[in-house]
Parts: sequence; structure tokens; C-alpha cells
Amino acid sequence: MPALLHISIFFIVSMWYGFACAAGQYDYVDINNPSLKKVPIAIPFFKPVTGNASESEISRNGANMLSDALAFTSYFNILDRGAFLADAQKADPASPLFKAWTTVGAELLVTGAAAVNGNQLELDLRLFDTFNERQLLGRKYTGNVSDLRSMILRFCNEIMGLLTGSTGLFGSKIAFISSGSGSKEVYICDFDGHNAVQITHNRSINLTPALSSDGKWVAYTSYAKGKPELFIENIVDKRVTVVDKKGMGISPGWLPGRFELGATLTFSGDPEIYLLTGNGKIINRLTNSPGIDISPAFSPDGKRMAFVSRRGGTPQVYIQDMNSGSATRITFHGNNNTQPEWSPKGDKIVYTTLEKGGFFNICVIGADGQGLVQLTHAQGDNESPTWSPDGSLIAFSSTREGGSRIYVMTVYGADQRKLVSMPGTQSEPRWSPGVTN
Amino acid sequence: MKKLRVLLAMLVVPGLMLTASCAKKVVKPEAAVSKADTTAQRVVTPPPAPVDNSAQEAALAARQKFQAEDVYFAFDSAVLNATAQSVLKDKAGWLKANAAANVVIEGNCDERGTVAYNLALGERRAASAKAFLTNMGVAPARMATISYGKEKPVDPGHNEQAWAKNRRDHFVIK
Repeated sequence: MPALLHISIFFIVSMWYGFACAAGQYDYVDINNPSLKKVPIAIPFFKPVTGNASESEISRNGANMLSDALAFTSYFNILDRGAFLADAQKADPASPLFKAWTTVGAELLVTGAAAVNGNQLELDLRLFDTFNERQLLGRKYTGNVSDLRSMILRFCNEIMGLLTGSTGLFGSKIAFISSGSGSKEVYICDFDGHNAVQITHNRSINLTPALSSDGKWVAYTSYAKGKPELFIENIVDKRVTVVDKKGMGISPGWLPGRFELGATLTFSGDPEIYLLTGNGKIINRLTNSPGIDISPAFSPDGKRMAFVSRRGGTPQVYIQDMNSGSATRITFHGNNNTQPEWSPKGDKIVYTTLEKGGFFNICVIGADGQGLVQLTHAQGDNESPTWSPDGSLIAFSSTREGGSRIYVMTVYGADQRKLVSMPGTQSEPRWSPGVTN
Repeated sequence: MKKLRVLLAMLVVPGLMLTASCAKKVVKPEAAVSKADTTAQRVVTPPPAPVDNSAQEAALAARQKFQAEDVYFAFDSAVLNATAQSVLKDKAGWLKANAAANVVIEGNCDERGTVAYNLALGERRAASAKAFLTNMGVAPARMATISYGKEKPVDPGHNEQAWAKNRRDHFVIK
């Protein structure tokens, strides 16, 4: 146990060291600045190396994919290709004519070169600072033609790591519930809503999915065996553990970087939060208070737990120290504050509040209870907020267009847009904690 | 005669099950019986001799009332108000008179609020009714509880009228 602890501490320290270095070197995008100016970036079509048809297609599709992925972060202003002066498909991707790009307003430039031989793709991608006339990144990817998207996303991850110091967005997944098949089932999609895959097929009611840090496990509540029980499923081999205690098993939340989760079990006759192994064995009980205690969400270092308790008469967000067990209430505004989620930096809590007007909206508050900010306003009910693993975005569900759908916005509430278009209703998005490629 | 009664029960019960889904609408036992009669005529000849069914009909009506009548709650509350308590007293009476029957108490919520919180609240609502019935002398072993949170609304509307109908305990005889 102490050895494990040491490893996890070392991991966190080295990660932070890495971030500090990168962010210090290139301070292009400060994700902590709410009045962020979007960085103008030019992403011309890639150069087809031999000029065959497959290369031409990949040159366009790849550049579009890269543009969409970077635009999704809300940190970039993708410049209109129609205004470009230089023809990047003819120029040398390693030495662009910088003046031609600064003239059209680009501060950053991505060039690419695609070489296709049969099914084999070699993709050369570079990021330039056009004002300082220097290359910031250069990567060569080789693989199958069908690997194009994963190559593009890996490069995007590197760009974000370099510019913001935070990686992990582009490799991340989102678990959610969709009713499109006629029953509420668990689905998992990519960070940008692409590639949605149905995980459960039990035609029962499945709720509150939560992905583990390594993205291999999803915990959820299911009525598949009659009553609402906690299911822990391995996404790869489909193994399912059911925590078949008396009463319910609800509102799971994984500990970052560990094969452990918190969940509310009611077998004692009272809903209390327990710490469980990923195999569904109880490690210990975390709360001990009559009435509702639900929705555990752990700080990135695993030392604190945010949760919802009705111990004060209304549902409110509390933070409990995992060592001492002492809990402090942090929400005092409103009579119904639920669904806390910890920011990946560990400084803030996002949650759902019931406003006086009767609508649910999303708020962010410091883990110290200070600095309350409301992120959604006057657009139906907005619930189930969840941070992206790089801390830059928040996904949530909203009824602004009628039925519940999943949306995404910046951590300041800007650029709110729909994430997935699927039949039925979608709800309860939960982002996986960061997975480094 | 005994055979006939069994047959009659077999025909009446499914008829009741079909109509039981219409919440609150009290179905007259006569209607159920006459429906069964027309079906019976097709199956058995001669038609059933007139039987005095009044006691059976009353029992069925009481059973149906037990399942049709829900207990309602205020928003974000699992507290039993005076109306809820009076409905539960009737239910306690029926359960004591029908000692062989077991019941599942289903706790439900309106659509407002989060899924997990409503699961917990629904369980509290079912537990409130179970505790009240236990205090009225019904053996706890005869009662199971389950929460459906906000997953099984009787009224799909998005207004207080619908919400009030959905914040309920529903009782199912097992």
C-alpha cells in the first residue's frame, strides 16, 4: 500500500512538473483567462506527396478533421482557407513562407504532408509560430489509412499540451445515457461526440454512468435484475460485477487513477456513501449521517470528496476530508444543489442548482466555497455537469431544445453547443479522467 | 360448481389486470364480470348458473382500490401529510384483512432534480410508507420497497399538475 501511494504521488508530481515547463515555455493560450482571445490559426489542406487520389482526399479530410478538433476546444479561431495567399499544397511543408501567413492574420500555422502507398499512410504534421518564424512541433505518424483520425487527434493533443500545458482532451471519452433504442442504455463516445457506442443492451433502465481513470471500466445503476443496483462493467471484455446488496446501489464516482470508487448503498436502511474496490467489495463506509448522502466526487489527489447531503435540511454540496472524515458545507445559495464534480486542477467544483424560478442551472464554486459563478441561464433545465480531463470544457445535459440533449461549453460558460445528435433523449454525460496517448 | 368458480376467477383476474393500469379510474366489478360472462359463453356451455358474487366483488373492489390509490408527496419531501396518512390507514386495514398478501411499495418522483437524488428521494418515500404501515401493525416482512426515482412518471407533462401526480408511492400486490 505505501509503495502504491509513492508511485501515485510521483506520477502527480512529475505531471505537474511537465505542465509547468510546457506552459512556461509557450504562453499562447491561458485557459484560466475568462476573457480569452481566440488564437488565429491557419490550417491549409495538406500537401499530397506523390499526388495520388487517396492523398488528395486525405489532405482535405485530415486538414478538416484537425480544424474541427482544434475549433472544438474554443481556444482557436480557425482562419478561412479562402483568404490564404500561399498554396500550402505546393509549398514545402517544412519551410512555409511566414509573411504570407502573418498577412492573413495567422499567429499559428499547421502544415501537413500525406503520403499514401496502398493502405499505408505516412502523415507529417508541423506547428509553426508565424510571427517568430519558428517550428514549435513536428511529428511523423505512420499507419493504416483508417488511422487518420487517431493521428490527427494525437497531434492535437500535442498542440494543446504545448500551448496550454494540459493534455488529455482528444483521447478522452464521455459516457452518457441515451433512450434512442427504446430504453435508457449506457453509451460511450469520443470527446467531440463522434463514434458513439452502445455499452449496455439489457432493455431495462440504466442510469448515472461513470468512467474509470483508465477508461476501461464503467460503473452505473441498472434495473436489469429488478431493482436499482450498482453494476461495474469492463468495457473491453464485457465482464460485469453486480454489487447485489439489499436496497439500492447508486451514484458511482471513481477515484482518479485508482481502481476504486465511491457509491451510495442503502442496505443499512439509510443511504450512505461507501468506498468500494473496482471489483465491488466494500473497503469502508465514508459517510455516517441519517438521510440522503449521495454523489461522491473525488479531488484529483484523492484526498477529499465532494458529495450531496440532506443533513442540513436541503440537498447541498459538502466536502469531506478523506483522512479526518470531517465534512464542510460549501453551497449556501439556493435550496437544491446537487451533482458536484471536481475540476481536474482540483480548485473548483461544478454542480447543479435549482433556481428560484424553478429551473436547474450549472454553477461553479471554489473548493473553498468562494467565487460562485453561474454558467447557464434561461435555456431550459441544465444538469449533470462534467469537466473535460484537461479542465478546459464542461459537458452537461440541457432541455433547451425540448428533450434532454448533451451540450458542451468552456469552463466560463462560453460557446455552448450540442455534442451528439442521436435519436431519443441523451442525459448524464460523464467525462473520463485524462488518458495520455 | 367449484370448477366453475375457478374458471370464473381465471377470467375475471386478467380482465382486472387489463383495467388496473388506468390509474384512479374505479372499474365497476359488474363490468368485469359481464365481460367475463361473454367470454365464458364462448368457451363453456351451458352458461354459468347465477351465483351470489357480492362478497367476492367487494373483495376484488377493495383489492383494486388498494392498488389504484397512490400516496402523494410535496416537492423534495418524503413526509406523509394528513391525506397520505389517511390513505395509508386504509391500506393498513386491507393488509391486515388480507394476511396472505405481500406488497411492493414503489417510490416515485417528479422530473425535477437529478437522477441520483431522485432515486434516493424515491426510496425515502417508499420507506416512509413502509414505516407508517409497520407502525399500524403490518409485518415489515410483507412489504418490499423499490425506488423508480423519476424514471416512471404517470403523467409525462412538464408542469406542476403533472409533477404533483408523479410524486407518489404506488402499491403493487405480489
